[in-house]
Amino acid sequence: MSEILFYAIAAITIGSAFWVVTSKNLVYSAVWLFVTLFGVAGLFIFLYADFIAATQVLIYVGGVLVLIIFGVMLTSKIDTAKISQSSKGKFIGAVLSLLIFGMMLTVILTTNWKVGELQSVDSTVNTIGNMILNEYLLPFEAVSILLLGALIGSAMLSRKK
Amino acid sequence: MDSLNSYLIISAVLFTLGLYGVMTRRNGIAILMGIELILNSANLNFIAFNRFGGMEKLDGHIFSIFVMVLAAAEAVVALAIIINLFKNLDTVNIDNADTLKG
Repeated sequence: MSEILFYAIAAITIGSAFWVVTSKNLVYSAVWLFVTLFGVAGLFIFLYADFIAATQVLIYVGGVLVLIIFGVMLTSKIDTAKISQSSKGKFIGAVLSLLIFGMMLTVILTTNWKVGELQSVDSTVNTIGNMILNEYLLPFEAVSILLLGALIGSAMLSRKK
Repeated sequence: MDSLNSYLIISAVLFTLGLYGVMTRRNGIAILMGIELILNSANLNFIAFNRFGGMEKLDGHIFSIFVMVLAAAEAVVALAIIINLFKNLDTVNIDNADTLKG
């Protein structure tokens, strides 16, 4: 049962990601990206990463994607019904990406990965909170300064002259 | 679903699609979507390696949280730049942003 669910989620994720990069209409791309991000959150749940899955939905679907849709709306003429976009160099792009994919696939399939013992955990939130406030305290503070910088920088860039 | 390879292959496919989008798209916002796909595939790898390398420590989870924060910061700044580009050049096609070209 969960096997079928896993393959269904994987297929949905990959299929919608394909439409994100090939759709002619930019708004359709944004909607397919929504499906892809939810699919990746589902895969996180299969990997016992409950907190990361929730964060993925909150930050990506609730934050980044809304921001991207705002960007689409702000940078196109509203009176044109279709927000189209063009692609260039499709053939050479496909060949190059397939080459890199083949390289990655060879590495994945030929490497003998050392897999530890699989164990199920109840919740990861406790451990993540402890780790962030112990070993990862300095990166945590640095990232908060980075967010402040991004906030001020983007407000500076987009204000009226 | 209990093999590391299946997750790595899904992540490789996502990375490839994102790379294809970044290489072929000419709209700045569509390129940003490709970058989001690439970052998501990296996150999937972090979480998968964390899961299959034993889950006593959750370093992979912490790393993917940091990646998400960086992705959010990057999206904010990139969209501010793209909106400025639209204000100045009246287009978001990055091929037209060649003012610095000699």
